Amino acid sequence: MLMENTYAIETKDLSIHYGGFTAVNEVNIKVERRKITAVIGPSGCGKSTLLRAFNRMNDFVPGCHVSGELLMQGQNLYSRNVDPVEVRRRIGMVFQKPNPFPKSIYENIAWGARINGFKGNMNELVEQSLQSAALWDEVKDKLQESAYALSGGQQQRLCIARTIAIQPEIILMDEPASALDPISTLRIEELMQELKKNYTILIVTHNMQQAARASDFTAMMMIDENRSGGVIEFDETKKIFTRPMDKRTEDYVTGRFG
Amino acid sequence: MNQLDLRKKPRPGEALVQALLFLAGILSIFVTIAIVYELGKEAMLFFNDPDVTFAKFFSMTRWQPGIGQYGIIALVSATLVTSAIAILIALPLGLFSAIFLSEYASLRARSVLKPILEILAGIPTVVYGYFALLFVTPILKLFFSGDQLQSYNMLSAGLVMGIMILPLIASMSEDALSAVPRSLREGAYAMGATKLETSVQIVLPAALSGIGAAVIVGISRAVGETMIVAVAAGAGPNFSFNPLDAAETMTGHIARISGGDLSYNTIDYTSLFAIALMLFLVTLVLNLISQRVVNRFRERYE
Repeated sequence: MLMENTYAIETKDLSIHYGGFTAVNEVNIKVERRKITAVIGPSGCGKSTLLRAFNRMNDFVPGCHVSGELLMQGQNLYSRNVDPVEVRRRIGMVFQKPNPFPKSIYENIAWGARINGFKGNMNELVEQSLQSAALWDEVKDKLQESAYALSGGQQQRLCIARTIAIQPEIILMDEPASALDPISTLRIEELMQELKKNYTILIVTHNMQQAARASDFTAMMMIDENRSGGVIEFDETKKIFTRPMDKRTEDYVTGRFG
Repeated sequence: MNQLDLRKKPRPGEALVQALLFLAGILSIFVTIAIVYELGKEAMLFFNDPDVTFAKFFSMTRWQPGIGQYGIIALVSATLVTSAIAILIALPLGLFSAIFLSEYASLRARSVLKPILEILAGIPTVVYGYFALLFVTPILKLFFSGDQLQSYNMLSAGLVMGIMILPLIASMSEDALSAVPRSLREGAYAMGATKLETSVQIVLPAALSGIGAAVIVGISRAVGETMIVAVAAGAGPNFSFNPLDAAETMTGHIARISGGDLSYNTIDYTSLFAIALMLFLVTLVLNLISQRVVNRFRERYE
């Protein structure tokens, strides 16, 4: 029997270009299955750009193109015959600012499942998803109310719940707690620990304590002299934060930089 | 001595601008009130005529005040039929164009198409009128046998009126769709939604209040439109809901009658103001209904 590949997704010389400008240069990382991988680095180093390449959200940016390979189970997600809609169905995303749909709490969850052809019991799915996102107890009596009646932290957990509802393999999180207060942030971090039992999580954060607390692996990004971002070090989180190989990583994580 | 001076300093520029803004606001309110007052005053003369009663006004089916026929419905029916046809044409087409322009068209396609659409809005309505009479009606004649379709008819006028308000609805709806935050679209795409699912199920509902406003303005334009119906719909009041018939709308009638020799204080003269008041009411009611509908279905994203 073949050994199961322990990597959920990996990049091979993945570069992201805007017109002639290379925003992210030759990234090689292997994201382990059911682990939390954090991407850290100073502002403008291309963290979000890199993250958005994983579910092909960059397709919507005019002039943006990607070179190199993004491999999921041996399949390059940027090859010509791959439909980005199918990619996004398997790689979910939670954004920096909570962006629930202008619908009821129930419909926020049900909509994604429905467009993805879910045929099972919708009530059950909604309940399970909200429970997985640790939101069920707070909203179970007001499922038909607008999602905009929720607080920011609740909205973000709703966005996580709707992502879970389509059962992706990987969840991308783009600074999911940066718009939230410390208590909501803590809840999101606790939730991530729960979610990694079933999902692979890739999270961008510029909060270093968050990366140190919550992640298993860390990719450190930095811009070079051409203003292109790149991963300068990728390792287990405790190594990155205790004995990094690269001087720049050390300067950054110890707060001597940026 | 106290150095900290927190007293209000004179700001003459600010006060002046404030006064100008206030005047501009007051002016439009004043004009509106003046119009309603004038309409009401002259219309009162009409309704004060011993022969005119509200019962006759709303129940008779013929309109010819000179010989004691005061059935406003003969004019209202034509306005409703032509406006309904116009909105049936303009709403779907305008909405589809708006979705295309806002969600599908490339930047270059949009920069070419939008100005062209706006040229449509700049064509004088009298040109549209003759376009309806001399181009659209002959084409429609091909589809109807014999004299089913009259030479002047509400169908052709309504269709062309729909084309006239299409750019308005398309342009306003496009603005409403474009104003929906990008984060909502991204959220939908990230769920594995296709472009169509995102546009129709997420962006469109979020833009509904703006689209509703477009429809309200469109309806008002159609109800108030004069030249197209005066030229192409017919020149005589006719209580009929059959779009193939000739009939005269409220606006068309006012335009025709007031154009001729008309002496003051005759029943023909004052009746025009009654029609105008009715027109005002119809527009008001339609606006209220559309607002209700929009509030019922809108989805807030603020």
